[in-house]
Amino acid sequence: MAYATRVRDHYQQELNGIREAGLFKEERYIHTPQGADIEVEFPAGAGQRKVINLCANNYLGLSSHPEVVEAARRGLDNRGYGMSSVRFICGTQDIHRELEQKLTTFLGTEDTLLFPSCMDANAGVFEAVLGEQDVMIADRLVHASIVDGMRLCKAMTDTFKHSDMAHLEEKLQEHQDKRFRLVITDGVFSMDGDLAKLDEIVALAEKHDAMVFVDDSHASGFIGRTGRGTHEHCGVVGKIDIITTTLGKALGGASGGCVSGRRELVEMCRQRARPYLFSNTVAPVIVSGALRVLDLVSQTTERRDKLEWNTSYWRKLLTEAGFDIKPGESPIVPVMLYNAKLAQDVARDLYGEGIYVVGFFFPVVPKGQARIRTQLSAAHEQHHLDKGIAAFKKVGAKYGILGLNKQQIIEKYGL
Amino acid sequence: MDELKTAILEYVKKEYLEEDDDRVLTESTPLITGGIVDSFSMVSLKRFLERKYEIRIPDADATPDAFDSVDKIAAIVTRFRQAKA
Repeated sequence: MAYATRVRDHYQQELNGIREAGLFKEERYIHTPQGADIEVEFPAGAGQRKVINLCANNYLGLSSHPEVVEAARRGLDNRGYGMSSVRFICGTQDIHRELEQKLTTFLGTEDTLLFPSCMDANAGVFEAVLGEQDVMIADRLVHASIVDGMRLCKAMTDTFKHSDMAHLEEKLQEHQDKRFRLVITDGVFSMDGDLAKLDEIVALAEKHDAMVFVDDSHASGFIGRTGRGTHEHCGVVGKIDIITTTLGKALGGASGGCVSGRRELVEMCRQRARPYLFSNTVAPVIVSGALRVLDLVSQTTERRDKLEWNTSYWRKLLTEAGFDIKPGESPIVPVMLYNAKLAQDVARDLYGEGIYVVGFFFPVVPKGQARIRTQLSAAHEQHHLDKGIAAFKKVGAKYGILGLNKQQIIEKYGL
Repeated sequence: MDELKTAILEYVKKEYLEEDDDRVLTESTPLITGGIVDSFSMVSLKRFLERKYEIRIPDADATPDAFDSVDKIAAIVTRFRQAKA
């Protein structure tokens, strides 16, 4: 038997080590569709609890929108459940082409290619377009999927300090000996909620002959005046060479992602990106739902406007209550607690108060930067946020952190 | 601390610490395992060493373990400088 006792023991010890380090992740079972109000079974086997969800990427509240569900149902009837194929054999339907064209129009790019997820888009794009003569210069806080994609690419890797334009310029100058330079950044950074300075990045890229890559997963659909993304917010639509984004957050929340940008670069992905070539096509039901989502977000800015109001209101409530939050304008609002155990304890107590949030700590965020990441949605009504802040105040008072700044929280709880 | 270690330590502080980062770095502080330098950022460190000290560090020697502290980095630089001489 290959799975001998010593092998089992090894993995059990590894898992125990993860538990002892306080890093063991447990899933929570949700018995309802995604939304502002959900019913959760946690821990496994416990009774269901009604809670307000403040940690979903359901920014526009479209995950369970009746028109999206209906469009998906029609897609199921008209185009079937699966395609049993990768795209380039017999997995491309007319609706895949239609969705790619709509995404191209929405993002203001030249062409788009769907991937099973944005994780897959990021895993495949760099290797498809760059070689060992090139360099990738990434912001140090880019998403883990970008890090993985860069690892798969033979181009040289380098980094610049988070949103530090002077440091980026140094790097661009330093790598002038390379054939191509690609500046890599998130549009909205998923843990801090801050926006990349895309206008300045584009200016530097033009000055030093570099291309620009943006992962806009936490922006597509709601950042910018009409929700096109961070490039719209920064006034550089049409100037981003590669955008990757997801259909798994604001744009319906099911699954699927894409590479969108310069025609030749997208075509290189169609020819060479391994996650595109070797994984199944995005299912017709998802494509059909996403088509309706793009219609909804293109017709009106109502939902992103409501999200903007909710964000501003929630940030004001937390600030007035005396929480230390990361400033910004995105619907990702991190409540800083610095100490990992404190973040876990506060999240657990909030759950007890009917508020579903999660504590984040190293290695998801840097050491000493533990936090609770709250996320707003257009599905939230004011009463959700009012109930949320009441719970935050109660738990914050219990731990004596209201009104404390970073230094004072660290003095009280350590790092 | 000798001149070599001082120069490396200064570079590491300037290159990898943010302005508001109040961590105290010494020549024995774990850099890679301590989360200060990630594997991608090691590239700039290696390029800095190769340019400043006019050496070539083969990729096989530029391991995360070999770059995990200023002490270790100074040792590898010294080894390749001596090999060159």
